[in-house]
Amino acid sequence: MSQGGNGSGGGDFEPRITAFVCNWCTYTGADLAGTSRLHMASNVRIIRLPCTGRIDPLFIVKAFERGADGVIVSGCHPADCHYTAGNYHARRRFALFRELAAFIGIDPGRMTFSWVSASEGAKWRDVVDDTVARVRALGPFDDYRRLVDLPDASGESYATVEGLFGEVAP
Amino acid sequence: MTEPHDAAVDAPEVATGAPGTARPAAPDRYPETGARDETGDLHGVAREVLTKGDVGVVIGWEEGRRGVRPAFVTAADDVERLVFDTRCVHNLVTYLNPRRAQIAALGRAAVVVKGCDAKAAAGLLREAQLRRDQVVLIGVRCGGVLEVADLDEPAALTPETVSPRCFRCDNREPHLVDYLVGEPQEEPPRPPQTVDERVAALDELPAAERWEFWTEQFSRCVRCYACRQVCPLCVCERCVADKSVPQWIDSASHPRGNLSWNLTRALHLAGRCVECGECERACPSGLPLTLLNRKLAQTVRHRFGYVAGDDPEVPAPVGDYRLDDTEEFIR
Repeated sequence: MSQGGNGSGGGDFEPRITAFVCNWCTYTGADLAGTSRLHMASNVRIIRLPCTGRIDPLFIVKAFERGADGVIVSGCHPADCHYTAGNYHARRRFALFRELAAFIGIDPGRMTFSWVSASEGAKWRDVVDDTVARVRALGPFDDYRRLVDLPDASGESYATVEGLFGEVAP
Repeated sequence: MTEPHDAAVDAPEVATGAPGTARPAAPDRYPETGARDETGDLHGVAREVLTKGDVGVVIGWEEGRRGVRPAFVTAADDVERLVFDTRCVHNLVTYLNPRRAQIAALGRAAVVVKGCDAKAAAGLLREAQLRRDQVVLIGVRCGGVLEVADLDEPAALTPETVSPRCFRCDNREPHLVDYLVGEPQEEPPRPPQTVDERVAALDELPAAERWEFWTEQFSRCVRCYACRQVCPLCVCERCVADKSVPQWIDSASHPRGNLSWNLTRALHLAGRCVECGECERACPSGLPLTLLNRKLAQTVRHRFGYVAGDDPEVPAPVGDYRLDDTEEFIR
């Protein structure tokens, strides 16, 4: 086990990243990145939500539980929230979650929080590329996966990763 | 390492005064609920509120077969049963929790509260789970309690037996009360290792060792939810841990669900927890839940400048926000 990264780090490891993004800014920004034909890492699976205020920290836990190596949470810049204040609430919530996760030993480097507006396709590309590079360096989240896959009382393991993500294209 | 907090996090800004000195008298925030009675003793106050007829039950402590236990006194003739000493560790405000319909059926409650318990009552008021006129609060001046309640005799506090949470308590004399009884108390002895010191010791470990520590701890969780049931501020009618469609938290006593559950419990109490320590005391597996609570309390104080107190008018930090909240972790 590598210190701090919770993973083993491998040469041909392709990180699985789950992104929870708000509908109004980051999803549109990611769409812009696509329509602008920007090149970026293909390791990210986006889950679109109405607002960062809708994103429960439990979503992040669940993503790790189901085999994600890293998570991105992204939404509207402060003062831009479609619902006025959802991102301000999210900002407090994730400040606390990040600290708690670090306290129990989850490397905060596995989580990226960002503000990406609808016009910031290039910033979305940078967020994705930087996150993928960082998580690639940390390695697969083996610690969490081992924990999840421990056999239960009936001797069965939890079917996790492949069903959700399939293979990630290099 | 997680982000270090300054050492002053430990020391409340509210002066607790030198040992043996009482704080200045608290202001009457709720004069409409009855005059404060500084001279009354616990039995006298309990008899008075029961005799006046507007209180159906006084919730306090009584001698049980093994130490003290919560008592529900419904008749003025029974008030002699009530005791208060260093064994009275239970936070009785949990009985005001709106989930507990069987207690509400006894009528308007008067509850005996220590300082930490009064903060929990403030939490319920702050979140509109309770109206101030639904409850009479009988405050007791508290100089700290033991870690356990099951001693046959009241015991003096020693560094080994005092509850670590009582160190540097900022609410020895609850403000949010209708009656205040008992003599001013001295500060309790310092425990060998304070809660902050235990959190700091964990903070200094490499992340991998913290992960080892917590996953080992959580692996012993039997998912009895005693921590939730005893908590005065776990007020949800339906807990996310009980929901099965979709099932966010695996319900089996397995490390994956145990981790989700314990993270969720701690996070849902961030900025609300009054650190009465009941979750840890109730835990049959002895998980150090107060360390998670304290870590979040430190973070809340550090980032949002908030300390859970017994003033219900001060909004809780989660559910509130400031435009200039720090966001150094967001790019």
